[in-house]
Amino acid sequence: METVKITINDIELRVPKGRTILEAAKMIDIQIPTLCYLNMEGFHIANQTSSCRVCLVEVVGRAALVPSCSEKVTEGMVIRTDSAKAVAARRMSVELLLSNHPKECLTCQKNLECELQSLAQRLGITDIGFEGEMMNYEIDHSSLSLVKNPNKCIMCRRCETMCNEVQTCGILSAISRGFDAYVGPAFHLDMVDTSCTFCGQCVAVCPTGALTEVNNVRDVVDALNDPSKHVVAQVAPAIRVAIGEMFDMDPGTITTGQLATSLRRLGFDGVFDTDFAADLTILEEASELVHRIKHGGRLPILTSCCPAWVRFFEHQFPDLLDVPSTCKSPQMMMGTIVKTYYAEKLNIDPKDLVVVSIMPCLAKKAEAARMEMDVDSMHNVDLVLSTREFGAMLKEAGTNFAHLPSSDFDSILGESTGAAVIFGTTGGVIEAAVRTAYEWLTGEVLKNVNFEQLRGLEGIRSATVKIGDMDLNIGIAHELGNARKLLEEIRQGKSHYHAIEIMACPGGCIGGGGQPYHHGDMEIIRKRQEAIYREDAGKTKRKSHENQEVLKLYEEYLGEPYGEMAHKLLHTKYTAKDRI
Amino acid sequence: MKINTLSQLSKLREDGAAVCQLRESGIGGGSTAEILVGMATCGVAAGGKQTFAALERALRNRGLSHVRLVKVGCIGSCYCEPTIQVNIPGQEPVFYGNVDEDAAIAIVDSHLLKGNVLESNRLQIGYEKAGLNSKGQKKQQRIALRNCGSVDPENIMDYIAFRGYEALGKVLAEGNPEAVVNSIKASGLRGRGGGGFSTGSKWQATAQQPTGEKYIICNADEGDPGAFMDRSILEGDPHSVLEALAIGGYATGANKGIIYIRAEYPLAIERLKIAIVQAEELGLLGKNILGSGFDFTVELRLGAGAFVCGEETALIHSVEGGRGEPTKKPPFPSISGYLKKPTTVNNVETLANIPPIILNGAGWFSGIGTEKSKGTKVFALVGKINNVGLVEVPMGTTLREIVYEIGGGIRNDRDFRAVQTGGPSGGVITKADLDTPIDYESLKEIGSMMGSGGMIVMDDSDCMVNIAKFYLGFTRDESCGKCTPCRIGTKRMHEILERITNGEGVPEDLVKLERLGNTIKISALCGLGQTAPNPVLSTLKYFQDEYKAHVIDHKCSTGSCKGLLRYRISEEACTGCRACVKVCPVNCIHLANKPAYRIDSAVCTRCGACLAACKFDAVIVE
Repeated sequence: METVKITINDIELRVPKGRTILEAAKMIDIQIPTLCYLNMEGFHIANQTSSCRVCLVEVVGRAALVPSCSEKVTEGMVIRTDSAKAVAARRMSVELLLSNHPKECLTCQKNLECELQSLAQRLGITDIGFEGEMMNYEIDHSSLSLVKNPNKCIMCRRCETMCNEVQTCGILSAISRGFDAYVGPAFHLDMVDTSCTFCGQCVAVCPTGALTEVNNVRDVVDALNDPSKHVVAQVAPAIRVAIGEMFDMDPGTITTGQLATSLRRLGFDGVFDTDFAADLTILEEASELVHRIKHGGRLPILTSCCPAWVRFFEHQFPDLLDVPSTCKSPQMMMGTIVKTYYAEKLNIDPKDLVVVSIMPCLAKKAEAARMEMDVDSMHNVDLVLSTREFGAMLKEAGTNFAHLPSSDFDSILGESTGAAVIFGTTGGVIEAAVRTAYEWLTGEVLKNVNFEQLRGLEGIRSATVKIGDMDLNIGIAHELGNARKLLEEIRQGKSHYHAIEIMACPGGCIGGGGQPYHHGDMEIIRKRQEAIYREDAGKTKRKSHENQEVLKLYEEYLGEPYGEMAHKLLHTKYTAKDRI
Repeated sequence: MKINTLSQLSKLREDGAAVCQLRESGIGGGSTAEILVGMATCGVAAGGKQTFAALERALRNRGLSHVRLVKVGCIGSCYCEPTIQVNIPGQEPVFYGNVDEDAAIAIVDSHLLKGNVLESNRLQIGYEKAGLNSKGQKKQQRIALRNCGSVDPENIMDYIAFRGYEALGKVLAEGNPEAVVNSIKASGLRGRGGGGFSTGSKWQATAQQPTGEKYIICNADEGDPGAFMDRSILEGDPHSVLEALAIGGYATGANKGIIYIRAEYPLAIERLKIAIVQAEELGLLGKNILGSGFDFTVELRLGAGAFVCGEETALIHSVEGGRGEPTKKPPFPSISGYLKKPTTVNNVETLANIPPIILNGAGWFSGIGTEKSKGTKVFALVGKINNVGLVEVPMGTTLREIVYEIGGGIRNDRDFRAVQTGGPSGGVITKADLDTPIDYESLKEIGSMMGSGGMIVMDDSDCMVNIAKFYLGFTRDESCGKCTPCRIGTKRMHEILERITNGEGVPEDLVKLERLGNTIKISALCGLGQTAPNPVLSTLKYFQDEYKAHVIDHKCSTGSCKGLLRYRISEEACTGCRACVKVCPVNCIHLANKPAYRIDSAVCTRCGACLAACKFDAVIVE
């Protein structure tokens, strides 16, 4: 590897060519503060706008300071990160940002998670020398998923990078100019009037409180406090490997048992696992796949579990609405089954049922309100909390989460297989589907359920799985920009896949917009993924069609998978939407 | 008709030689008289169209229909627009200024009919043209502006007559792009848009990139308040820019030129469009130019009016259809520019210098100017000066010469205060530095900069704090908002200046201004932000007493800062006539000590109505 010799704060070192000053400094443990900079290593996602000017350092011989996050080292470069000139300039950038930032930290949703706040603390800023006018935009509460507060926008452009470069949605970009500039939709549109998919990746990377989720904790507490309501909870697969991070547990700690216990202690009347519905989804989706293969239906089939992805193709590929599976997502299947089967079983009026989902996702909040999903004019799911909101709810209640005893989810919607838990990661849904489709198509028992070729974190992966004498071509994409590439192939008639799995977020639901903040540390996402596969490996049943409670549900209520009743309750339709 | 060879081009030039001579010297200029009418935006705005129509009518009515009427660009004498030039074969051309309809008729009657120059409107034009002719030692020397006012910008034949496209033909015939780059390098030409970077080195950087898709962009996003030389060149001599782009394209290996021009320049856009069509028709743009095998096309892109799009990376993003905002350099556009391909970005005036350099040689050009700043520079001389307009002078000319000898001194014989150069990115030059030779380095040394060449002259009635506030207000509004120091820093500096000019300043504000200014300078992302504090820092340096008067005594000596003025009524002089009371728009004048009235300062808006109404000099302004 070609290296260059540089000097940082009198320390001489050789650094691989192409590194930034920031990376070089890190090699010798020299800390340079950053703010707008975000490098999601291994995911090919980086925000290097150099706009905040918080990482400025002095390069000897240059009149102006340089942003260390993006300036690459060159041979003989002499750098000072600690000169008074650099320190003062960095401080002024932060002071200026603070001078235009609401000082409502105590009640801000990002309190103690805010990178501007921690930066101010780190730099010891106790007094802002430049008071003046502050931005005064209206807060956008238009969507069910996220809240946009332009007044807290610091123009770091991280959300823009996620929205444009990663998700290729192009909703968020810098608008207006000068002091009035902030990141938002063109023409100051409300988020709900755009083609936003509500994937929440903008929220996941926002360093301040400019983008946060719609907080539904109070609504959930109110429901729990209402004696006339029967409140049930469901927990998505990706929660169990992430929520521990909010309670100082190592990333990748599995907390399935604690989750069930904590929900019960908070007063939920039914504590269910979305994994149950994931198994149910596989029965429907694998049936649909088999049906399409056997009857010459439209191929490839695309998974439809991810609501951001659903909105994405409705807005961006309205001509391809017949391609995705018609299956509702596990969250919505669970809601439907609770309000029909479960309600009948317990003899509860569905109107008195409140279904609360704990999801790693912000798009799930919007999905819950989709009219297409309603059964008998009733929403399947009433309230959706993100992992973060649920974690906050537990903290407020004083739950000692890490040390809770384990318990199981409630029967009759609590059993799940290993195939369900891997829904939480990219590649998981399709692997689960293959496990079932294999046995259905061949009539043989699948001995090795681990389809390693489908796993990983590459943005687009493909594999061919031999099922009997058939080669099943499988495509997997996470992040919508990668999904777009596969969809363009389909649109152009060039796709050779039979089935494609799409998840909108980096890594799938483990990297969802509602998960505990990773602050750019993508090792966390990797650990969550490992935990998902660990949880799968530890299960005795690892194929969805072996889930006894699911089979019982068909026997007692739904009839055949992909049958008439299943169609009515578990399938949905899509609507072409504008691209704005 | 297509021109396929250099000799065909030469033939066309020879055909037009008579016209050229007539306009240059009047000697041997054929047999037909002509009148050139300045019809750039400035001329049109001053009534050029009416003058043109009046001339047309007058000529027709007097049986002089054979006299040609030609629309030309701007000769730079804005202070006396509309201007015309009367060329009679065998006689020295005569320039006239302030030619309204009556003057136009008078000129036809007197000069064309009777042969008597109408002295009342005669203009003495003090410049010589680039290597084309010499009229002795003049203060001005026109290279970039050489054809402005001499050629019909909508007629390519005029341009060809003035050696147009000959430079392109020459480089294509020689077939050595590297030699072109070397020649521009040797000429010492530096970017006229403000940066002052060596044009030849810029070309070289692009040329050295591997062969493939490359671009050359003309930056016509002229945005400095008070600067309009690029507009003038594009309106008066659009082909010179097209020719230079083709030469640059050839030298750097680009087959596509883009002119990024602000949409606020409709006339320049129209003339460029015409020029492109004409050049394409003659085969001077397009495929296989002059049989050389070199292809080159030019496309226009309109800017939506953001000052920051003059910064080359922002400009490129704008051309690409993105938000006009700068990105960090490196990578420089020469390596990764438009569509991430090697791209040269040159300013209009820079390009206008290229053909004469090719024709007259690098040595000729480097013989003009100072050691490090070669050639000439066009300045837009505006403000409190008698001869407002465009001037082109050799580098090294002193400010005194420009202001007093070319500019005709300060208007109304007031005292010279300062000149702002470099527009909102520059600083002030004071009386003490009037004899500084103007070049890139000297201006930088005294805290200003060359910039694009705006020169705003201020007299002793201009408050320097207010002026600094004006410029900072401009950059604050034009900041793209990308980086913190520029987005918020300029806003905070402007707020401080607002306070000071409203009489609410405190001495500590000056410390804050300096601290903010010095930090923004080294921490902003692009040139706009890094230079934004210059007007404040430079006035703080040279006019510190004035700032102190504002924040300590709360006084503005020029009376410009209305917030610092106090209107009061002298009890001795007031007769109680109530004239002031009747005109006060905010009813803040009340009876105090009968018969005298008093002004309530807290309500007073300092409009001055009472002052104007008082017949007894009782209203006093302090």
